[in-house]
Amino acid sequence: MPKDGGIGASTKRREDLRFLTGNGRYTDDINLRGQLHAYFLRSQVAHGRINAIDSSTAQGMPGVVRVFTGADFEGVGGLPCGWQVTDRFGQPMQEPAHPVLAQGKVRHVGDPIAVVVAESLEQARDAAETIEVDITELPAAVDMKAALAEGAPKVHDDLTSNLCYDWGFVEENKGAVNEAFEKAAHTVSLELVNQRLVANPMEPRVAVGDYDPWNDMSTLYTTSQNPHVIRLLMGAFVLGIPEHKLRVVAPDVGGGFGSKIFHYAEEAFCTFAARKLKKPVKWTASRSEAFISDAQGRDHVTKIELALDADHNFTAIRTETYANMGAYLSTFAPSVPTWLHGTLMAGNYKTPLIYVNVKAVFTNTVPVDAYRGAGRPEATFQLERLVDKAARELGVDPIELRRKNFIQPDQFPYATPVAVEYDTGNYDATMDKMLALSDYAGFAARAEESKKRGKLRGFGIAHYIEACGIAPSNLVGQLGARAGLYESATVRVNATGSISVFTGSHSHGQGHETTFAQVVAEMIGIDAGQVEIVHGDTSNTPMGMGTYGSRSLAVGGSALVRATNKIIDKAKKVAAHLLEASEADIELKDGKFSVAGTDKSVDWAGVTLAAYVPHNYPLENLEPGLEETAFYDPSNFTYPAGAYGCEVEVDPETGKVDVLSFTAADDFGNVVNPMIVEGQVHGGLAQGIGQALLESCTYDENGQLVTGSFMDYAMPRADDVPAYTVDHSCVTPCTHNPLGVKGCGEAGAIGSPPAVVNAVIDALHRGGLTHVSHIDMPLTPSRVWSAMQAK
Amino acid sequence: MTKISMTVNGRSVSAEAEGRTLLVNFLREALELTGTHVGCDTSQCGACVVHVDGKAVKSCTMLAMDAEGASVTTIEGMANADGSLGTIQQAFQDHHGLQCGFCTPGMVMSTAALLAENPKPTEAEVRHYLEGNICRCTGYHNIVKAVLAASGQDVSGMGVAAE
Repeated sequence: MPKDGGIGASTKRREDLRFLTGNGRYTDDINLRGQLHAYFLRSQVAHGRINAIDSSTAQGMPGVVRVFTGADFEGVGGLPCGWQVTDRFGQPMQEPAHPVLAQGKVRHVGDPIAVVVAESLEQARDAAETIEVDITELPAAVDMKAALAEGAPKVHDDLTSNLCYDWGFVEENKGAVNEAFEKAAHTVSLELVNQRLVANPMEPRVAVGDYDPWNDMSTLYTTSQNPHVIRLLMGAFVLGIPEHKLRVVAPDVGGGFGSKIFHYAEEAFCTFAARKLKKPVKWTASRSEAFISDAQGRDHVTKIELALDADHNFTAIRTETYANMGAYLSTFAPSVPTWLHGTLMAGNYKTPLIYVNVKAVFTNTVPVDAYRGAGRPEATFQLERLVDKAARELGVDPIELRRKNFIQPDQFPYATPVAVEYDTGNYDATMDKMLALSDYAGFAARAEESKKRGKLRGFGIAHYIEACGIAPSNLVGQLGARAGLYESATVRVNATGSISVFTGSHSHGQGHETTFAQVVAEMIGIDAGQVEIVHGDTSNTPMGMGTYGSRSLAVGGSALVRATNKIIDKAKKVAAHLLEASEADIELKDGKFSVAGTDKSVDWAGVTLAAYVPHNYPLENLEPGLEETAFYDPSNFTYPAGAYGCEVEVDPETGKVDVLSFTAADDFGNVVNPMIVEGQVHGGLAQGIGQALLESCTYDENGQLVTGSFMDYAMPRADDVPAYTVDHSCVTPCTHNPLGVKGCGEAGAIGSPPAVVNAVIDALHRGGLTHVSHIDMPLTPSRVWSAMQAK
Repeated sequence: MTKISMTVNGRSVSAEAEGRTLLVNFLREALELTGTHVGCDTSQCGACVVHVDGKAVKSCTMLAMDAEGASVTTIEGMANADGSLGTIQQAFQDHHGLQCGFCTPGMVMSTAALLAENPKPTEAEVRHYLEGNICRCTGYHNIVKAVLAASGQDVSGMGVAAE
């Protein structure tokens, strides 16, 4: 291993130096000369018809340059949706227009109506207060089932109803699934809500548009997880700017968790306005604005049923889910409750028959899209709650019921009935590891001790699987994706042997600048300090799809390995020439090329210098220089899995839940930087515990958001969560990517909510409150206490 | 516009600002010290914590004018004189106490204030003190670990540290 860290080393993060000293460069830190400021005037009602907008006063206010309304965007494209789902009758989903600024109607609180551009933000805000919007408020569709009822207010007048699609998967299995339920020895069912959440990365979104008229070049600086995707969507579908005249830069980005994947109106607006005004235009979201303009997550209402035979083997699963799309289709929204959810309904189990029905619904709420895990947490929550409930109803151990139905190590590759093929896994191993690390054997004694203090202690288990490394392009194309999902890397070796890597992946907290360098350093045998990672700018990185779905290492890292292998292949040719040997005899070890079986060698820098100063070089059959690009399109998803155990104490007087310990035993395949992997799991766990106990994005019956700030939306704080025990020593390497990696970014958020809820139900049952079979998240003291009192 | 003068990270500075200008915006815009961040508008997240006359303050909750004549320390003033990371900063790097880095300046400033008043806090005391600083990336584990390590306590049982 290189002395400053190769694959497997917990290398210190190099990016930390700038972040720890206040020298990060986030989008809001960018201020361009002559920059103007945009302030968005947003709808205060959930649904309304705009009769007139009078901005005449605002236009004359100090510093105001121009007021824009929907009328300025007639003839400009709307925000596109990147995934078209086909319903169970073979018809395409209903796909409404999504204007940059409202055209005639507003459809959710926060829908942008007008934008004031002024010399200062204060001037823009002051002027916006004088704009008079004559609006007729309309009844709002808020509850999903009510929105589908006859006579419900229509979010989009030009659609037939509020139903986006009615999806069945696998539709052909529906009859067989129903038959299995009729024949079942036992059936268990559960109705649950996977509540709406707000991603809330700590950095609010920002967009700075710039335009250089002399070169007809537009530049957008934005808080994005995927600048190339934004360039493609905004350039091609909204503003009609060809790629070579549009540069998108996502510099340091302060977290994303999915919410910064999507193309937003503010990005298009700032780019558009900069072109119109020939000056830079900047917009920075306030947190309050983020709550009503960032795409939100989850929001499923589900009924799930499990059929078992007399020996407690799972024979079939049937689900019906209502999935909230909000008022418009955000970039990848339709894929989340379908292909990212239905395909995971087998979980870790050998259930032979599965049918998933999803009805996606438009409502007068903020659009919903991918949030950490996206569809997979929803699938895992249903399944792992249901299996726990089944164990309770059957009077069997929830661990043993899981083990009995686990796919066994010798069954891989395993084709599930929901269209995916798991390559590797060993679920008993992760279960064993979790039980050992959490001292499950000592739980009974701890529960007894709690009881003496008048507290109810419970232990909850969940075993998750997810599909990461998104995704094989040919497969997702068949499923409705309007984009490919490969990744790219360019490895530029400089003359003196240092290396600049340009990756299509994007780091917004994941530490790629450190880990990607570790991979290259290991492969060549040089120090990681000689490798620089460049990302986030479409003008210097190859077309890449960015970072989400735990794909950076599995897909982006694979592209990097391919490009580096091309470099090594060429460098060996150069070395063979320099050493007057056959290329087949050249070996690369520790940054040195040698001729096998001899003491002849040339070091890395000797080869790289020869490539750029080709005085002694095989010019007749080899180009000078040492730079290679690779694109990698995966042949399958990756399938991380793990066992999670949560121990809680419930105060029976108040219903308050304390998480005492949380243990995660994950199989991520091979690991490049264990320290970073542990950090990723920790963060996911806090978001999952937050969902289970604290967080809820709530609208009232009029569509008003009642949790619109950190005063009302309960973000997990340091004393809401325990110290975690995490382990990634159970390794079944991925079989189809070169590093054998699976991805670790979302696992924590996927596996933890059911573990927490199962623990609370366990505590209540141990306390004799056996009538409580489920409590919907978040498990606030009032919800838990109320459930305890209900008889 | 009013001229406002103060000492920031040991340097005397002055700049023009409106009466309604918040200290955080004065630091970020007038003084171009962009290390102090704005993560919310309700004084909840703590990304903007700085020290004013030695006390930790959410700089989004103080008018710049109210800091007239004060001595302010920001994240830019926390490194050692030779530019190397200070003890707290180094502990955050060693224990992976940051991911996206956005909440980090506020976390470091709050930690410094905590350790000044309680040099050997317990884990529970650290968690309680940091209630006013929200992090969405780390799940707090490694932040707590870094704070305990910065106070000189043994954290070897709390998972992997940097090599």
